[in-house]
Amino acid sequence: MASAGQDAKFFQRGKIEEFRADLQAAESKDKKFIKRKTVLKKVVANITMGNDMSPLFTDVVQCLGTPLLEIKKMVYLFLMSYGRSRPDQIHMVIPNFLQDCNDRNPLIRALAIRTMSYIPIPEVMEALSDNLRHCLKDRDPYVRKTAAICVVKVYNADPRRAEKGGFVEQLRDLMLDANATVVANAVAALSEIGDRQDGVIFKLNLATANRLLAALGESSEWGQIYILDSLLRYVPERHADAETMAERIIIHLNHANSAVVLTTIKILLYLMNYMENRRLVEHCCKKMGPPLVALLSSGPEVQYVTLRNILLIIQRRPAVLKNDVRVFFCKYNDPIYVKLAKLEIMYRLARAENAKEVLAELQEYASEVDIDFVRKAVRSIGRLAIKVEAAADQCIQALLNLMENKVTYVVQEAIIVTKDIFRRYPGQYEGIIPKLCEHLDALDESESKAAMVWIIGQFADRIDNADELLDDLCYTFLEEHVEVQLALLTATVKLFIYKASSERAKTLVHKVLKWATEEVDNPDLRDRGFMYWRMLAINPSAAKDIVLAEKPAITTDSDRMDRGALDQLLLHTGSLGSIYHKNPETFIRGAIGKSLVDSPALNAHSRMVLIPLAPTALPPSVVNVTGPGPIESHSSNLVDAEALERPPPPPPPESKLPIQPQTNGDGQQDQSTAEVSRNGNSSEPEDDDDDVAPLPKSDDPYANLAGAFGTYMADEPRPMAAGGGGGRGRNDLDDLLF
Amino acid sequence: MISAFFIFNQKGEVLISRLYRTDFKRSIADVFRIQVVSNSDVRSPIITLGSTSFFHVRINNLYVVAVTKTNANAALVFEFCYRFISICKAYFGKVDEEAVKNNFVVIYELIDEINDFGYPQNSEIDTLKTYITTESIVSTNIAAEESSKITTQATGAISWRRADVRYKKNEAFVDVIENVNLSMSAKGNVLRADVDGHIQMRAYLTGTPECKFGLNDKLVIDKNDKGQSDAVELDDCRFHQCVSLAEFDADRTISFVPPDGEFELMRYRSTSNVKLPLRVIPSVTEVGTTQVQYTVIVKANFNNKLSATDVVIRIPTPLNTTTTECKAPTGKAKYVPAENVIIWKIARLQGGAECSIRATADLTRTTTRQVWARPPIDVDFQVLMFTASGLIVRFLKVFEKSNYQSVKWVRYLTKASGNYQIRF
Repeated sequence: MASAGQDAKFFQRGKIEEFRADLQAAESKDKKFIKRKTVLKKVVANITMGNDMSPLFTDVVQCLGTPLLEIKKMVYLFLMSYGRSRPDQIHMVIPNFLQDCNDRNPLIRALAIRTMSYIPIPEVMEALSDNLRHCLKDRDPYVRKTAAICVVKVYNADPRRAEKGGFVEQLRDLMLDANATVVANAVAALSEIGDRQDGVIFKLNLATANRLLAALGESSEWGQIYILDSLLRYVPERHADAETMAERIIIHLNHANSAVVLTTIKILLYLMNYMENRRLVEHCCKKMGPPLVALLSSGPEVQYVTLRNILLIIQRRPAVLKNDVRVFFCKYNDPIYVKLAKLEIMYRLARAENAKEVLAELQEYASEVDIDFVRKAVRSIGRLAIKVEAAADQCIQALLNLMENKVTYVVQEAIIVTKDIFRRYPGQYEGIIPKLCEHLDALDESESKAAMVWIIGQFADRIDNADELLDDLCYTFLEEHVEVQLALLTATVKLFIYKASSERAKTLVHKVLKWATEEVDNPDLRDRGFMYWRMLAINPSAAKDIVLAEKPAITTDSDRMDRGALDQLLLHTGSLGSIYHKNPETFIRGAIGKSLVDSPALNAHSRMVLIPLAPTALPPSVVNVTGPGPIESHSSNLVDAEALERPPPPPPPESKLPIQPQTNGDGQQDQSTAEVSRNGNSSEPEDDDDDVAPLPKSDDPYANLAGAFGTYMADEPRPMAAGGGGGRGRNDLDDLLF
Repeated sequence: MISAFFIFNQKGEVLISRLYRTDFKRSIADVFRIQVVSNSDVRSPIITLGSTSFFHVRINNLYVVAVTKTNANAALVFEFCYRFISICKAYFGKVDEEAVKNNFVVIYELIDEINDFGYPQNSEIDTLKTYITTESIVSTNIAAEESSKITTQATGAISWRRADVRYKKNEAFVDVIENVNLSMSAKGNVLRADVDGHIQMRAYLTGTPECKFGLNDKLVIDKNDKGQSDAVELDDCRFHQCVSLAEFDADRTISFVPPDGEFELMRYRSTSNVKLPLRVIPSVTEVGTTQVQYTVIVKANFNNKLSATDVVIRIPTPLNTTTTECKAPTGKAKYVPAENVIIWKIARLQGGAECSIRATADLTRTTTRQVWARPPIDVDFQVLMFTASGLIVRFLKVFEKSNYQSVKWVRYLTKASGNYQIRF
């Protein structure tokens, strides 16, 4: 083991003048350059602490003359921090850089171009260009692999210079380099340039893809990730091509690095869309399960990434993890984010055969301390009852037992799910209503209150004192949340219809209708109030048929995401988007979306649900269709047609980001943009089906985008600003940070 | 890709700050400090604000943080943080505030070497140590030829090994280390029992040796000679970069050119026929609302020539416990109020032996009767020369062109730490 350093003493705030004096003093009588080294270390420590050391520019640069690599590296670090802000003085160091670029030592050559490319100002770029061109052809692979990354840096600093300099073409040549590390870095560089909105288009044909695969075996783990990742840019034209490729990469599922495993899975899932051989598809699914489970013994952060991805993968390919529900049981000391993610997977994997085990676990979790976790466990019990009929009795019993502990948030969660259970199994469990009514006073959240009000209204004919209960609840009508107000309005109307003869019901409904139409500002509530009022006035019997109409049974089919949306989201396996279950272009500025590309090999179903890429990266803010309103089919058709004609749309190069007009409330704007894309997702496939046989709606299990936990979003991982919640909008935040 | 890399201490002070890209200023560090370090309830290792995402890993009161503005590969970012931590361990022996501050210059060198513009690069410790050292005698005059050797290794197919390794005595040590995870229900049913194993190797071998490694892997044994029943079913194997995955896929042989020194050869998981070394039988009764009585029996369920060491049993007590009384004939028991547990330590427990503890916890009366969550009893222990999965190393062959003799040592260890849980 190398001896540990003793540099902690340098971690002290210092003054510019002192450092300058020390550096000047070090010019004489500095044996072995110890003095200079000490000052430079202090300077680096101060840079770290956030002290501006840029006034020392000339003094520090003087040290470059010292023949000591350690000092050179520290000066370079200084230049990487401040070089950009000193374009007028940078010429002082360029000769040193140029000398290093031609050093005999490959490590020095690489260090020089690496450092130069970190200083993105024209003076340095100018000097770098020629040297970079040489270095891309250097005989040493280390220099070439460093040069490959330098090209991206140059491209980011000055795209035109990079293109004029022919660097992109040189990168393309490096993809065929004999050294695997060089190949991998060239691929990484090209991928980033290809992902820029003003960048070149980077696609792979079969021959190149195969060359890359050949390099895969010799690459470092990181290199493997870059190469595997780039395979998304290859579109198989024949089933056999996809199948051969899948067979070649499947061995990488056994790699120790979780990112290699997840990227391999991403490519396999992608290729499956182009495969025909069912047995191979099944084989791939079977092979993916164990490595995914094995990742659960990594660090908690990687576990979390894995769990969020598993949640997506099993919706699209249930065969991957069918019989493994036990591995997702929570350990007492798992971090909370791991527990919450596991809970969702447990629910998804629950079936009649394992429902008992799962329920026992959920009951265990319902007595833990973390409120979010407990609530979600309780809700899962209810969802389980709805999903697995055989377990419904036990689940109800479990919920009743939990309510007996009178922990308010447990009671409220239980009531919310019970409402859905009533709808799922009409006529079976209404006997427990009296027990629910005992907890009426404990309800202080709008969602649970609304659920309870719904229950009272719906079953007003069986609850003797329903009028009394509703009357009590209506005392605070005007202070309630609109969700509760709506529920109360409907419930009193139901009560009146059931018990038209009751004087109390009559006064109550009159009172509530009057409030709703005269005292409340909310248009939804007012409209609904007017509608009921007129209905009751004009035709009471029709009102009965409408208000008490038989409700469609609820199922858990809607738990799964729309398949087209899933196919698209799975192209981001392992990335941030897969954690938030959102397409990156909806929450990251400038991110580009991905979608499956049509080819003769694409299987019919995948094509049918294919969601073509929206033409701009960020949804335009002018469209604000939210909620389940009418969808303007013209505009969306137009968008589709355009997108199909030219898949990667090149927007004007100079404007990188669409400038969003600052309309009212930024938070709201963000929400509406998110909504637009969701609406787009769910509606477009249907619009596209004109020439294909339309999907039988009821048979398609992926018809809905809603998550398994419905409106329960308290713990849903999400990017913070995009979540709305009265927070700052994206624009504001970016301004704040930078 | 990664735009910035930081290390924070517990107070939120920046110990290392490296901005790989110009899309952030250093002040982005303040945002992390506000959002995570000074936030007492952080519920995710990833925080996304606007388009900016922070990934963090905690280690010994430090935060290792990567920041990005793209749809970065989250697994890659975390693996990079983990790798950084393991490199620091190899270089400085430990990773804490003191070590980071004492070596910050070397750390800057390292993070520029293992990451270029946000793209992780070669991070094999053995190679890094050849050209980034903590000794400050590195001069510009490293012979160019020497550097070429380094660069070839850093970019080569066998980037993890130098070619010129020499030993007088050629030895290889293999440690099979298994972590048993158990979750047992209050009724004594096994909810889950599995083994996370890893095989740690220390190779002190001359030249570029080719190793072949054999286990009693069920898939291999069933194919070759039927009838043997001690084979182990491995659910999943993951290998170090050096193992040829193609060969493993073809016929499940594990063959590799090892890095010099210590490394983790493979990880595996086994879920069938897990042998549980310790059986714990708790019986806990709540007497009214003022007392809880415990009787916990521990049985060592393995060959009596072996023994379990460092057995630590943590028995949870209710939050309103005032005093406890413990009677443990074997070992020592102590109540730790800060953690609400009775800790019972047994230094050595012979195979086949059984011992027990009796304890009572007295409770204060509380105004609100909150239900006690009853966290599980947790057991830590180690058993040498025992594998819970039944895994055995059948052979390790070393082939080298000079055909030397080599000595191999194999050791087995089964342990539990934090994940051997019995509910009651």
